[in-house]
Amino acid sequence: MGVIRKLFGDQGRKTEKTPLQDDPERTASHSSTNIVNTMSEKVKFTIDGKACVADKGMNLVDAAKINGIYIPTLCHLEGVKPAGSCRICNVRINGRPMTACTTEVAEGMVIENNIPEIQEMRKIIIETLFVSGNHFCPACEKSGNCELQALAYRYQMMVPRFPYEFEEKQVDATSPKLYIDRNRCILCKRCVRSIKKADGKSIFAIKGRGHKAIIIIDHKLAEAMTDEEAQRAMDICPVGSILRKERGYITPIGKRKYDTTPIGSDIEQNVTK
Amino acid sequence: MEKKITIEPVTRVEGHGKVTIYIDDEGNVRQSRLHIVEFRGFERFVQGRPYWEAPVLVQRLCGICPVSHHLAAAKALDVIVGAGTGDGLTPTGEKMRRLMHYGQMFQSHALHFFHLVSPDLLFGIDADPAIRNIIGVAKKHPDLAVMGVMMRKYGQEIIRATAGKKIHGTGAIPGGINKLLTVEERDSFLNGPDPMNIDKMISWSLDSVNFLKGYHKENKDFIDNFAKFPSNHLSLVRKDGALDLYHGVLRAVDSEGKKILHDVDYQDYLSYIGEEVRNWSYMKFPYMLEFGKGDGWYRVGPLARLNCCDFIPTPLAQKEFEEFRAYTKGKPNHMSMHYHWARLIELLHSAEMMKELLHDPDLLEGELVTKGTKVNEGVGLLEAPRGTLFHHYRINEHDQITMANLIVSTTNNNEPMNVAVNHAAKQFMNGQKRISEGMMNAVEVAIRAYDPCLSCATHALGQMPLEIILVGPDQEVIERIRR
Repeated sequence: MGVIRKLFGDQGRKTEKTPLQDDPERTASHSSTNIVNTMSEKVKFTIDGKACVADKGMNLVDAAKINGIYIPTLCHLEGVKPAGSCRICNVRINGRPMTACTTEVAEGMVIENNIPEIQEMRKIIIETLFVSGNHFCPACEKSGNCELQALAYRYQMMVPRFPYEFEEKQVDATSPKLYIDRNRCILCKRCVRSIKKADGKSIFAIKGRGHKAIIIIDHKLAEAMTDEEAQRAMDICPVGSILRKERGYITPIGKRKYDTTPIGSDIEQNVTK
Repeated sequence: MEKKITIEPVTRVEGHGKVTIYIDDEGNVRQSRLHIVEFRGFERFVQGRPYWEAPVLVQRLCGICPVSHHLAAAKALDVIVGAGTGDGLTPTGEKMRRLMHYGQMFQSHALHFFHLVSPDLLFGIDADPAIRNIIGVAKKHPDLAVMGVMMRKYGQEIIRATAGKKIHGTGAIPGGINKLLTVEERDSFLNGPDPMNIDKMISWSLDSVNFLKGYHKENKDFIDNFAKFPSNHLSLVRKDGALDLYHGVLRAVDSEGKKILHDVDYQDYLSYIGEEVRNWSYMKFPYMLEFGKGDGWYRVGPLARLNCCDFIPTPLAQKEFEEFRAYTKGKPNHMSMHYHWARLIELLHSAEMMKELLHDPDLLEGELVTKGTKVNEGVGLLEAPRGTLFHHYRINEHDQITMANLIVSTTNNNEPMNVAVNHAAKQFMNGQKRISEGMMNAVEVAIRAYDPCLSCATHALGQMPLEIILVGPDQEVIERIRR
């Protein structure tokens, strides 16, 4: 994976500290809406040469979005503290690679997003995610609604260039409402960070470290999940790892999220209007 | 010195198989076998998957008639989710599935007849293989080739409208269907520009039956006597005895037409059907338990269906059915080449059924899914293009599949195909000093009559290498001929 190191540089994951990262808990104050309410100071910056304006303190993913520019994400979720774990949102800021979800926009930033080097890096990340899991899109019920698949189409992943790992992974079907398929999990931690009970207790957690890390579910808390909570858990999962039981394939082909609207195209279309 | 002839792979069938023929010192065929040399393993790797995934996952064992597996699995899961054993769905759910299934029948039968079989009939079974293929048909009989392509297209479009896409859709879900037909789609199927409308499809289907009947008249000896042998016949029939390709009860008749399986509920198929394993093929040999491995084997598919049912519930196909049955004086028809005749009558029936369904308002609105009390086991049967298809699943308390048993249509025809191969080999190769390409194709013609889907997955259409190896008793290669 030397090619990845070359593209990423030696950047550390925690170099782009934002004030928001200091908050220990998930909080709505991270959403762009609330940031707009509390911070009215505007900053100017450019993305791929295009002049952009956003509120100071906004993260780059959201700042790009309101300027009609799509920066892809897999782990980032609006309203949830950014984790910067998937690295797909990497951009070049003043010549340096940084994750857009964990970086606040600042005055005078020169950001490179749709340049060949960044595009290639994103494609590599997608490909490595595909070969490190067991992703069989054709029969997966998340097909058409899957962000990873949608990004693979966007970045035109045509043939596998890295060897498949075909690692044996387990499923956990013991929860009454959810089916956890670790073959497809990309460890984005969206579920860990955002699916919580009212008292803040996490229903999902990571067990193990490194390549042995897996998502686990608190069975007691999961048993008490409402249908709405279970549906939200499935919806926030960017892949087909968290599935609601007994409702598979309920959306016909043609009506699924990315069937007619490729990922990112909604953001990009807004600016052209 | 005994010789062994191998035909590998068998061409213009779905999937890969080979034939071995043993010839004794006098140059007569001693024994012949059709081997299925692929192993798929779907029954094993579906274990542990959530049950609702089965119709979408298991259908991938076939690229020609995935709808059959999609619907058979969905029917088995209907039982599991408490939606009844075939007649408990909402009118919309059942009719959308039926439309999907008849679209599938229509396109598969058209594909088989026009793309795979017509070269043998139009050019002769011993014609030059360079022209004895679909490209040869397109050059010499462009009208016929266009018919074949457009009929297949129509059926595929019906599948797209009901299943979501033409191959490997997601339309059937446990307890029903996930979509309706739109008014635009219905109008297009009924009154689309020529030739893409249902009346043209019915008229072309009738032309196809007449073409075959004309061919039959001129080649009576070949069509009536090639690979003809008595057997039992098995299929689903509607409770009133009508031909029904989507749902019904299991019926079998013996070679004289006597009922030997009396319209039984297929949920109990294990009480009636067993499967034998032989060490030279990956394909099992099903048989009726009551009659044992030796006598209990049976044919399935179009010929068996027309031998088992009492009538066809659409007028044009019924008229053809009466002529078909009259030809054998009401007795079961045992002529392998008459599979083609029966198949084209079903093509016509499927077109008529599609028309009837397209006029039904239930396709445009209504409840899609119904469910009841969940149970842990279900069996789904239907009549796939190639014959009776069995899907059987068990699940655990966590909704995971713990057991899957599939008896695929072609598997049911395993013994009949072996018998047919034996007949063809004896008829064409006994006493011959040299084995010609035409003789090899004669064996394939016998297999092709059954429209086998050997792997239920791959197209074997086109110019594929065919190799015959003559091997002596001590396994030395005496002669090798490559096509």
